[in-house]
Amino acid sequence: MKNFTYYRPTSVDQALALLDTRWGTAELLAGGTDLHDLQKEYVAQPSRVVSLGGVNGLGGIAANDREVRIGAGVKLAEIAAHAAIRKHFPGLASAAGDVGGPQIRNMGTLGGNLCQRNRCWYFRDEHTNCLLKGGQRCFALEGENRYHAAFAQGHRCVIVNPSTLAPVLIALDATVEVQGPRGRNNVELAKFFRAPTGPTERETILAPNEMVTSVTIPVRGLANASYEVRQKQSYDWPLVQAAVSFTRQDGKVNAVKIVLGHVAPTPQVAEARGIAGRAVTEDTAAAAGRAAAEGAKPLSQTGYKIRLIEVAVKRALLIAAGQKRYWEA
Amino acid sequence: MTDMDIRLTVNGRLQHAKAGVMRTLLTVLREDFGLTGTKDGCSSGDCGACVVVMNGQVVNSCMVLAAQADGSQVTTVEGLASNGELHPLQRAFGGTWAFQCGFCTPGMLVSCHALLSSNDNPSREEVLTAIAGNFCRCTGYQGVVNAVQQAAAELRSANAEAVLQHD
Repeated sequence: MKNFTYYRPTSVDQALALLDTRWGTAELLAGGTDLHDLQKEYVAQPSRVVSLGGVNGLGGIAANDREVRIGAGVKLAEIAAHAAIRKHFPGLASAAGDVGGPQIRNMGTLGGNLCQRNRCWYFRDEHTNCLLKGGQRCFALEGENRYHAAFAQGHRCVIVNPSTLAPVLIALDATVEVQGPRGRNNVELAKFFRAPTGPTERETILAPNEMVTSVTIPVRGLANASYEVRQKQSYDWPLVQAAVSFTRQDGKVNAVKIVLGHVAPTPQVAEARGIAGRAVTEDTAAAAGRAAAEGAKPLSQTGYKIRLIEVAVKRALLIAAGQKRYWEA
Repeated sequence: MTDMDIRLTVNGRLQHAKAGVMRTLLTVLREDFGLTGTKDGCSSGDCGACVVVMNGQVVNSCMVLAAQADGSQVTTVEGLASNGELHPLQRAFGGTWAFQCGFCTPGMLVSCHALLSSNDNPSREEVLTAIAGNFCRCTGYQGVVNAVQQAAAELRSANAEAVLQHD
């Protein structure tokens, strides 16, 4: 780890004043589960680390019958266990409860989950000067890329967005509150992420001197769910994740939203076809899964993700519709 | 700040350390306080050999800066025994062969002890969820599940006895 100066601001304004107008010199520290790892690998070498642990106003979950607001500093374990979140947004509770193991969920925060860096092994290798670190090329394009994008078309860097909360929050029409030198701004979470192409861009639209302060989710009675396909059940990054939401009336579903995680450089909003106006059955859910995977352009080693997308979407729809999880022993 | 005075309550005792900002809670526990039960496995938050309880929650101490832990209450594996007596969970680990090489054991014990403090009768699934972030490369985890359930049963009957004596 490269040496740094440690700051403990007590307000958002103080924290913002310690940030820089370019990336890399100052980093915000929430739980630290991603930042410290990057520092230990010398991929992040900030000269200032700004701890958010003592900043007022970043904690707490406030729920009423119109919306649920979650502070950026709320731990993933708290999101997974919160009664109102489990009631209104079971997909979010399950996505938060599926991140890492208990130790990670006790430190990792909502804001950190949204703003963490990608998991590409070329990016995370100190000595590999990839596109995101100022190099000329993305090594995953033609190298080892089995955990990379399946919708790779048009991308110069083929990471997958690492957040598992983002797809669910997008499916639930969440907005994120961003604060920076120009004040406070609410952004639709669907417009918060971007595909980075160089060292002056990250996985979100945040400027280097802005930060996430909260996320607000409208309460609309949507059925919702998240399903992850992982190699290890105990503790792993998803290979593919599907988050879904829809309205239900007389046994039929409408306004179906499907958002895929871990298949593209940003959370991927998929077209929902074959299910609107119909009941969720094995057949309609499978058809929606096939439609969601259409248009994928996998890399040399990510073709397998297409089948996983089909299955993940089908199962997420079945879970959201309250059907039996027959795939669980 | 590049060098900090850290105050921690470790296993019930107030401790001080001077820590450079790059030092982790793990290194302060081991090197400054001599509490070498907590192990350094992967140093990247993957393996769980360094698990301690901080302010009531299990955390990977390799991924927490000492500065972040300033002012915290910390329990390490050394804090489980009392008056020279092993905790029933520690005895059960021995009795059920819940370890072979023993490197993961301190982290396993702390995670399982934290589980028992909120759940006095955990199912197999609940034990496996509690130790999802603790890697063992020897035993296959079944011995750990058996140990936790055996210790839970012992603690429940000890509790029932205490209630009876109280009445």
